[in-house]
Amino acid sequence: MKVSIYRYNPDTDREPTMKEYDVDTQGKDLMVLDVLNLVKEMDPSLGFRRSCREGVCGSDGMNINGKNGLACITSLSSVAPGVKEGKKALVLRPLPGLPVVRDLVVDMTMFYNQYEKVQPYLQNSTPAPAIERLQSPEERAKLDGLYECILCACCSTSCPSFWWNPDKFLGPAALLQGYRFLADSRDTATEERLARLDDPFSLFRCHGIMNCVSVCPKGLNPTRAIGHIRSMLLERGI
Amino acid sequence: MSIRTITFDAIVVGGGGAGMRASLQMAQSGFKTALISKVFPTRSHTVSAQGGITCAIASADPNDDWRWHMYDTVKGSDYIGDQDAIEYMCSVGPEAVFELDHMGLPFSRTEEGRIYQRPFGGQSKNFGEGGQAARTCAAADRTGHALLHTLYQQNLKNGTQVYSEWYAAELVKDGQGNVCGVIAICIETGETVFFKAKATVFATGGSGRIYASTTNALINTGDGVGMALRAGLPVQDIEMWQFHPTGIAGAGVLVTEGCRGEGGYLINKDGERFMERYAPNAKDLASRDVVARSMMMEILDGRGAGPDGDHVFLKLDHLGEEVLHSRLPGICELAITFAHTDPVKEPIPVVPTCHYMMGGIPTNVHGQAIKLSAGHEGQDQFVNGLFAVGEVACVSVHGANRLGGNSLLDLVVFGRAAGLFIEDALRQGMTQYEPSNDDIDQALSRVRRWDESQGGESVASLRKELQSTMQNHFGVFRKGDLMHEGVSKLAELRERVAKAHLEDKSQSFNTARVEALELDNLLEVAEATAIAAEGRRESRGAHARYDFPDRDDENWLCHSIYDPLTKQLGKRAVNFEPKTVDTFQPKARTY
Ligand SMILES: Cc1cc2nc3c(=O)[nH]c(=O)nc-3n(C[C@H](O)[C@H](O)[C@H](O)COP(=O)(O)OP(=O)(O)OC[C@H]3O[C@@H](n4cnc5c(N)ncnc54)[C@H](O)[C@@H]3O)c2cc1C
Ligand code: SF4
Ligand code: SF4
Ligand code: FES
Repeated sequence: MKVSIYRYNPDTDREPTMKEYDVDTQGKDLMVLDVLNLVKEMDPSLGFRRSCREGVCGSDGMNINGKNGLACITSLSSVAPGVKEGKKALVLRPLPGLPVVRDLVVDMTMFYNQYEKVQPYLQNSTPAPAIERLQSPEERAKLDGLYECILCACCSTSCPSFWWNPDKFLGPAALLQGYRFLADSRDTATEERLARLDDPFSLFRCHGIMNCVSVCPKGLNPTRAIGHIRSMLLERGI
Repeated sequence: MSIRTITFDAIVVGGGGAGMRASLQMAQSGFKTALISKVFPTRSHTVSAQGGITCAIASADPNDDWRWHMYDTVKGSDYIGDQDAIEYMCSVGPEAVFELDHMGLPFSRTEEGRIYQRPFGGQSKNFGEGGQAARTCAAADRTGHALLHTLYQQNLKNGTQVYSEWYAAELVKDGQGNVCGVIAICIETGETVFFKAKATVFATGGSGRIYASTTNALINTGDGVGMALRAGLPVQDIEMWQFHPTGIAGAGVLVTEGCRGEGGYLINKDGERFMERYAPNAKDLASRDVVARSMMMEILDGRGAGPDGDHVFLKLDHLGEEVLHSRLPGICELAITFAHTDPVKEPIPVVPTCHYMMGGIPTNVHGQAIKLSAGHEGQDQFVNGLFAVGEVACVSVHGANRLGGNSLLDLVVFGRAAGLFIEDALRQGMTQYEPSNDDIDQALSRVRRWDESQGGESVASLRKELQSTMQNHFGVFRKGDLMHEGVSKLAELRERVAKAHLEDKSQSFNTARVEALELDNLLEVAEATAIAAEGRRESRGAHARYDFPDRDDENWLCHSIYDPLTKQLGKRAVNFEPKTVDTFQPKARTY
C-alpha cells in the first residue's frame, strides 16, 4: 500500500516534504502504528513517538488523512475506504498548530503549559483523615468522562480557537482537566479555580465548534465540560 | 571529551509510578531533585496497569489484615520473596494507598464511600483458610492511568524538575565503583550531558520487550538493568519472568486478571471450564504461574481454539453488559479494538504472554543497591550512590511469582521508602563522589561506538532475532538443551550487536539512536535471563522446567545472583526473618 508521510529534519532539511513509501501489509487490517513501524524498518530515520501501543499513553497523536487520532488504535480500514486495499494513500502529518520538532514529532510545550495553568491537582484545605476521604459512588461518577484523558492533544490541536489564541485560550484538554477538579467532591478550591478562569479568553474563546469531541480517541467530551464550567461561572456571577 | 555537567542532590531515572513517588518525596523536602524520563512521565508503562493495587485497607472486608496479604505474597512468591521486605510492603501499604487518595486518585467507590476492592488471583483470608479475599483497590480498570496521572500532578504541584524525553545512557562511576550520576542524552537536541548527583535512583521499569510477544509497552527495554550489568553490578532472580494468562492472542495486549476477579473464567475449545481440573479451589483465581501453565497444557494437549489451536478463551458475557461497562470499560474497548470481539457477546481469545520481570537489581527495603561481595557472605554490601525502585528492582517482594496488584503497591511503597531514606541521608550529609575525566569518557564509550559505526547489520533485524530467540528458548516451559542452545545464540548475537550499524547520526529527535542504545540493554537482560534460567535447576514459581519438574528446597530455596563479569550464577540467601510476625515456613503450594 501507499503511505505518504510528512518529513522534516531541522538538521538537514530547509523545508518539510511529503515522502512516499510503498509498504507491504499483506492485505492485513493493521493499525497505523504497525504501518509506521514497518516504514521505520525500511527507513530508520523516520521520527515519531510511541509507547503503549494500546491507546492509553497518548504518545502517538497525529493527523491521519486529515483527522487527528492515535496511530496505535486507528485501523487502516477505519481511516478511509480504499486505504487498506492500497487504492488510496495513507497520509500522515504531525498534529496541526504546534511547532514541528522533527517528522511526526511536535513540540508539546504549549499544550502542557495550558494544562499546568488549570492547577491540575487536588487541593483540599482540611486535614487528611487517617483513611481515605469518603466519596459516594454518585460523587465519584461525576469524574467519569473526565479523569480518563491521556493528554494526547488530538482535541486541542483540532480546535480553531486554540490555533488562533494558544497563549490565552486554554484549549479543550486543559479545560476538561480544569473541570475534573471542579467536579471532585474532595476538592475545596472551587472558588479559586473559577476565579482563575473568569476572563474573556481562558474559557470564553470556546465557540462550541465540537471538533474536540469528534476527534477524542477516548470518547471524552470537552465541550460539555466547558459548558459546565461556563454555568458555574455564570451562577457565581449572580 | 568534555561535556556539560548538571548537578543535583538526587536524580531519579524513570518517570513511572516508582520514580514519580520517589521524586515526589524528595521534592517535598526541598532537596534539588531531577526526574529524568525517556518519555513524558504520563506516557510511562505504569499508565497501562489496569486491575488495581492490592492492599489490606479493610474496605471490602472490615476484618482484613495485612498479615493475610503477607501470607498470600510469600506463598505466591514460592517462598523466595524476602519476608522482611514483604512484611514492610504489606504493613506500610495502607498508609501509602490512603496517601494516593488524598492526592486525588479517583478510586472507584463502595456504597459506604470507601475505596472499591475486587478479588484477584492468589488472594485469601485468614492465612489461606478463609476463602477468597477481595483486596485489590481499583479505579475501574484504569488504575495505573489514574495512579500515574495523580503522581505527575503532585510532582507538578511540588515543583519537581522534570527532564522529559531525556535518555539515560550509562552510569558514571569513580575508580572505586561508587556511583556519581548518569550520562543522559536530550532526545530533542541530541546534547549529551553528565547528571551528577549524590544519589542516583533507577526506576526504569521492566523489560518485556526481550520477548517477541509481550503485554509491555514498546519502551520497556530494560535500560536500568542493562546499565547496571554494564557497570559490573549483579542482578537477582532474573530468570523469573511472569507470563500473564490473558494476553489477547496475536496482539499481546493485556486484559486484566480483574476480569476473572469480577467473575469471568477461561474455557478451552470445547467450552470446558478447565481450571476446575487444575486448581479445584481457587480455579481461575489461582496464582498466575499456575493458570498460565494450565492454559499451555490445554493448548499442548490439543484443546486450544482457533485454526492453529493456539489459544483459549476468556468468557465474560455472563456478567452482563452493565457490569462489564461499569467495572471493565477499558477491557471492552481493548477487546473490540485488538481482538475484534465484543466481550458482552463473545469470549476473548487469550494466551499466556510475557508480562513482568520479577528479578532485577537487588536492593534492601530502602532501595539501596546490593553488590557482590566475596568474603562477606550473608552480609549485604551496598553500591554507594545507587538506588533502585519499582520493576527494575528486586527487593524482593515477588520472588518467583508476583501476585496481581502487588506491583503498583511495590512502586508506591518502595518509591516512597527510597525517597524517605535519601532525604534523611542527604540531611545527614551524603558524599558526592567525583569521577575523573577518564571515568566519564569510559561511560561515553558506548554512545560513541554507535555514533562512529560505519556499516553492519540493522538494529531492527537484530532486535527481532533476539526477541524470537527468547520466545522460543525461554518461554513458559523450559528445557535444559533448548536453553543451552538459546544461550549460545545470544552469545553470537552479542558479537553481532557489537558491530551493528546506526545509519542516522543526526541530532534532533533521533529515535533511531535511542533504539540502538536500547538494543544493547535488551541484549544484556536477555543474556542474564538465559544464563540464570539455565542455571536454576529446579521448577519454582514462574520458572518451570521439563527436565527438573520439582521444586528443590534443598538446593534452590534461595535467590539466584548473576555476575556479569564472570557470567556465572551464584546464590544469595532469602530473608526468613520478618520483624513482627512469625516466619512463614515453605510448604507445598496448592490452589
Ligand atoms: C498491561 C499491564 C497491566 C498491568 N496491570 C497491573 C495492575 O493492575 N496492577 C499491578 O500492580 N501491576 C500491573 N502491571 C505491572 C505494573 O504496571 C508495572 O510493573 C509497573 O507499572 C512498573 O512501574 P515502574 O515505575 O517500575 O516503571 P514504568 O512505569 O515502566 O516506568 C519506567 C520509566 O523509566 C523511564 N526510563 C526507562 N529507561 C530510561 C532511560 N534509559 N532513560 C530515561 N528514562 C528511562 C521511562 O521513561 C519511564 O518513565 C501491569 C503491567 C502491564 C504490562
Ligand atoms: S468546542 Fe470549544 S474547545 Fe472544542 S473545538 Fe470547539 S472551540 Fe475548541
Ligand atoms: S480530551 Fe481526549 S483528545 Fe483531548 S487530550 Fe484528552 S484524551 Fe486526548
Ligand atoms: S502508543 Fe500509547 S497511545 Fe498510542
